[in-house]
Amino acid sequence: MNNNSKEPLFHIVKRGTLPWYKAWGIRLLAVVIALIVCAIVTMTVTGENPIQVYATMIDSSFGSERKVWILAQNTAMLLGVSLAVTPAFRMKFWNIGGEGQILAGCLAAAACMICLADTVPNGLLIVISAVASIIAGAIWGGIPAFFKAKWNTNETLFTLMMNYVATQLVAFFVIIWEVPKGAGQIGIINQSTQIGWLPQIGGNKYMLNVIIILVLTVAVYIYLNYSKHGYELSVVGESERTARYVGIKVEKVIIRTMLLSGAICGIVGFLLVSGTDHTLSTSLSGGRGFTAVMISWLAKFNPIIMIFASMLLAFLDKGASAISTNFGLNHSFSDILTGIILFFIIGCEFFISYKLSFRKSAGKEAAENV
Amino acid sequence: MFDIVSFFPRAVMQGVPLLFGGTGEIITEKSGNLNLGIPGIMYVGGICGVIGAFLYEQSAAELNSFLAVAIPTLSCLLGSLLMGLLYCFLTVTLRANQNVTGLAMTTFGIGIGNFFGGSLIKLTDAEVPSIALSATSKVFSKSLPFADNLGWFGKMFLSYGFLAYSAVIIALITAYVIKKTRVGLNLRAVGESPATADAAGINVNKYKYIATCVGSMIAGLGGLYYVMDYACGVWSNDAFGDRGWLAIALVIFSIWRPNLAIIASILFGGLYIVYLYIPAGTQLYMMELYKMLPYLVTIIVLVVVSMRKKRENEPPAALGLAYFREER
Repeated sequence: MNNNSKEPLFHIVKRGTLPWYKAWGIRLLAVVIALIVCAIVTMTVTGENPIQVYATMIDSSFGSERKVWILAQNTAMLLGVSLAVTPAFRMKFWNIGGEGQILAGCLAAAACMICLADTVPNGLLIVISAVASIIAGAIWGGIPAFFKAKWNTNETLFTLMMNYVATQLVAFFVIIWEVPKGAGQIGIINQSTQIGWLPQIGGNKYMLNVIIILVLTVAVYIYLNYSKHGYELSVVGESERTARYVGIKVEKVIIRTMLLSGAICGIVGFLLVSGTDHTLSTSLSGGRGFTAVMISWLAKFNPIIMIFASMLLAFLDKGASAISTNFGLNHSFSDILTGIILFFIIGCEFFISYKLSFRKSAGKEAAENV
Repeated sequence: MFDIVSFFPRAVMQGVPLLFGGTGEIITEKSGNLNLGIPGIMYVGGICGVIGAFLYEQSAAELNSFLAVAIPTLSCLLGSLLMGLLYCFLTVTLRANQNVTGLAMTTFGIGIGNFFGGSLIKLTDAEVPSIALSATSKVFSKSLPFADNLGWFGKMFLSYGFLAYSAVIIALITAYVIKKTRVGLNLRAVGESPATADAAGINVNKYKYIATCVGSMIAGLGGLYYVMDYACGVWSNDAFGDRGWLAIALVIFSIWRPNLAIIASILFGGLYIVYLYIPAGTQLYMMELYKMLPYLVTIIVLVVVSMRKKRENEPPAALGLAYFREER
């Protein structure tokens, strides 16, 4: 009381690195708290007891073999896009144009399937459309990178705009190729002949997709952690000046990384069109480009952890939409729940990198007064 | 022949939500916060206005035109203020990544909008998937009384609801405050170099909080204008579309100047609907390409601005970065 200088109740101190188990413990705790908050929100809206709500969620994703496969497919696609944006993020290049890059890939794959259907053998067609998708995605990612490297154009906003250019381009081709004329949609491409469709392995539509993405995960992990390229892009991300000083060609690294980033999005687009959906529409990418940004960041840009992060988000989306159907809410409820969980995970990062140190004397005084 | 008298008002009406969103985002970005949650905030602003209006229309037998405006406007401001506070708490106090927070806010905000919109639609037992608040909307879109007597001039400049004019006024005030006042100078300092501002005795966090919250509230009004005036009081899910992202594009297009944003928003509005005015004939698919125009123009501006490298046209230097005093 006699101390006149005002000391704040607490101040914030930067932590050294926490051991990994503590850091992940904090994140896990955040997810648990988030789930509890979600349960409370759901309870107030539906009036059901939360255990039943979570039972519904779990059932919707793990209730049958088919449901598990759908979860695996959704996880794989999300994971694919997250893998794509990760190299760019490590470079501190904020690629939020995953959406557009996927659509570019989808468009290329669909174009090959439609235009080359009767001219080349099926196996060759699949290869051509895969290559075309990869190139299309890479171009879509490469354009903003070129301007970033050359004139330091803001990449966040550029890639964002490219999304809508891609969307309109797809809308344009959907009308050109629409079947039947005036329908405004393409329908299933080559439904009777199945030309250009990826073969099914083990009688399951999704198995091949999942395997390809898993291989890709390992490849990206190795690329980022054990290759010269991966090292270079990390250096560019940490400090561009250092990179220049040690002789890394920053422009080249930026363009190269974004070509790769776009190319992986292109692969995802190809898998969506040739592997599962066999159609083309503007909603094919379904917001994955944006969700992937969050997944990649939640996983701290680590491809292996990304598997779990994308599974969590795929599960949430599926589960929340099941809640909506079962309890007669609309589907957007899942967005609210996803948002709440994301806020908690985003917020908890603070407690990993900083700690609150409380005023010491205040504690003592309080003790004396008691 | 191209009919400017009918084209211009439609362009303006498309432009007003963008102008609100753009002005809000300019204030936010001037403080160094890149709020990608604007699309979500505009949804929340819109739906809060709808909820307010809906409850008022249900409870009051006779519509008092002052309350019919005040209640939705206040609930809209409150809703978007809460979103702004959430964003600030996460990015300023907890120093979270702004891009990720913004995207999460967009998901969340659009979810809130569509969820409550959908629930209200259910409450009304309507056959069509939308809520019509035509009584409230009439008050909102009441144009100046002498607009009809002034021919083309009246139609082009005087035929809008009061929110459209307030958008222009808010943009002008913002331009003045940022450019000419002490507060504006401090705000720009916070956005350009928070460490310097801090050393000069400016409370960085306070500026960031206030700028972002005020920005969110202005952006929220854009959602309100869209529902109440442009859409004639009809809320249907996802109708607002990607206008929030266009508002962010508008910020770049007007190189962070609210007064330029007024003209730019009308231009954007025009580009947004120009496909309806270009005779496409049987080639309907060309329309889809014309819809690309606003985005392409934004990209061109973005590139040109970055090529010219003029200091005053650049984004705030500390845009997108969290500030921590003890960090060097």
